Amino acid sequence: MTAMFIRVDLDPSAASDRELAKKLAEICPVNIFAQAPDGSATIVEENLDECVLCELCVEAAPPGGIRVVKLYDGAVLER
Amino acid sequence: MRFYEFECKLLLAKMGVPLPHGGTASTPEQARQLATELNAPVVLKSQVLSGGRMKAGGVKFADTPEEATNAAAEILKLPIRDQLPVCVSVEAKAAVAKEYYLGVTYDALAKKPVMIFSDMGGIDIEQVAEEHPDHIATQHFSTLVPYTDFRAKELIASLGITGGELTALTGIATRLVRLFQQYDMTLAEINPLGKLEDGSFVVLDCHLDMEDEARERHQAVLDALGISPDETRQGRPPTDFEIRGAQVDAVDHRGVAGRVVEFDGNLGLVIGAGGGSLTIFDAVQKYGGKPANYCEIGGNPSVNKAMELTKLILSKPGVEKIAVIMNVVSNTRADIVARGVIKGVVESGHHPAEKISIFRIPGSWEADAFKILGKYGVEYCDRSVSMSEAARRAVEKTGA
Repeated sequence: MTAMFIRVDLDPSAASDRELAKKLAEICPVNIFAQAPDGSATIVEENLDECVLCELCVEAAPPGGIRVVKLYDGAVLER
Repeated sequence: MRFYEFECKLLLAKMGVPLPHGGTASTPEQARQLATELNAPVVLKSQVLSGGRMKAGGVKFADTPEEATNAAAEILKLPIRDQLPVCVSVEAKAAVAKEYYLGVTYDALAKKPVMIFSDMGGIDIEQVAEEHPDHIATQHFSTLVPYTDFRAKELIASLGITGGELTALTGIATRLVRLFQQYDMTLAEINPLGKLEDGSFVVLDCHLDMEDEARERHQAVLDALGISPDETRQGRPPTDFEIRGAQVDAVDHRGVAGRVVEFDGNLGLVIGAGGGSLTIFDAVQKYGGKPANYCEIGGNPSVNKAMELTKLILSKPGVEKIAVIMNVVSNTRADIVARGVIKGVVESGHHPAEKISIFRIPGSWEADAFKILGKYGVEYCDRSVSMSEAARRAVEKTGA
């Protein structure tokens, strides 16, 4: 089932940053990010609704790199 | 968790409490051997976790080893409340002159353990309290200081017991309290405690319940008794629904969404927080509601866990609606539970507004929870509505 409550927008340039991808996979407490075999960051769709809105990913990425969208009220967490 | 009577007696024996001579048998032949060794009339008792053994035919007397063999054969194949005995106890029949009651449990109102003594043993202590209150004495005590012989004597003497009888009962009472505290019991009960014709005392039957959360602390003694960690040790075997509930709680380590107990009502309950489950369950019944289940959620369960619990409850035949009610939460996030419950309802093929009779989880992240609930049209309330009132509203919407 697709996520009902949270969407994460990952900018392509941020996604392709291998160091950032590794960091995102490490810091997300609910495993929303994973590192693909080519080293890029991918989003684990089935974990999206577990997002605790901690903003660690937003802080780790460069401005505009990651947007966390609360689908239930449209609010956006971003830098 | 409950113990079989023979296990209770092994624990009491470690404390030096006097017990009848005997042992346990898994076959009629073993019962014959025990009866032969005892060389006296014996009593054979079914070892099941439920009460009512005497009425169900699970207690028999035998004067000879042959009679003991036959009695054991009958008891071992006799289910009591759907439980077959794990074995049968074979003990020397005691010549009882008088029966007493000794019990220790927690008094939730006083928030202290309480020692209970009665000179009318052998019947339910609740019945004694109701019909013969002058034959029952109670005494609260502190867990911070040792329970002394002096305190036990005060209690027992208050019913007019004196002399050697007082001395003997005092020793048994203090040992029972020691066992209660040492092994984190929630109930330690000897009923009846028999005074034999020769003046000595012996435990005729007993009942121990250990706090579930304390099992790990007492792994050594449980191992010694042969009790494996996966034995639930409740009064009856778990239902499929309850087994699936335990599986939901084991989905991941985050929080609790389990301890599911099945009932036959139409209102599913997703409840918990700081004793909230019991309060809410009682409130639902008070207003004439029929719970489909009991459960406990808390400790910030994951969305997935709350979702799976909701799906499980909604899968139960006869469940018309669910009520999601918790005490004020600080370490559980209301928005996370809201996500899980709504997702569970949607994945079950229903509309949240139709299936969720009420959502009352005030506290951490409630503002986000209310936005989520509002989006799906679910009735919710904050802490200005009591748990009891929320339960009443849920019952009203669901119907009895």
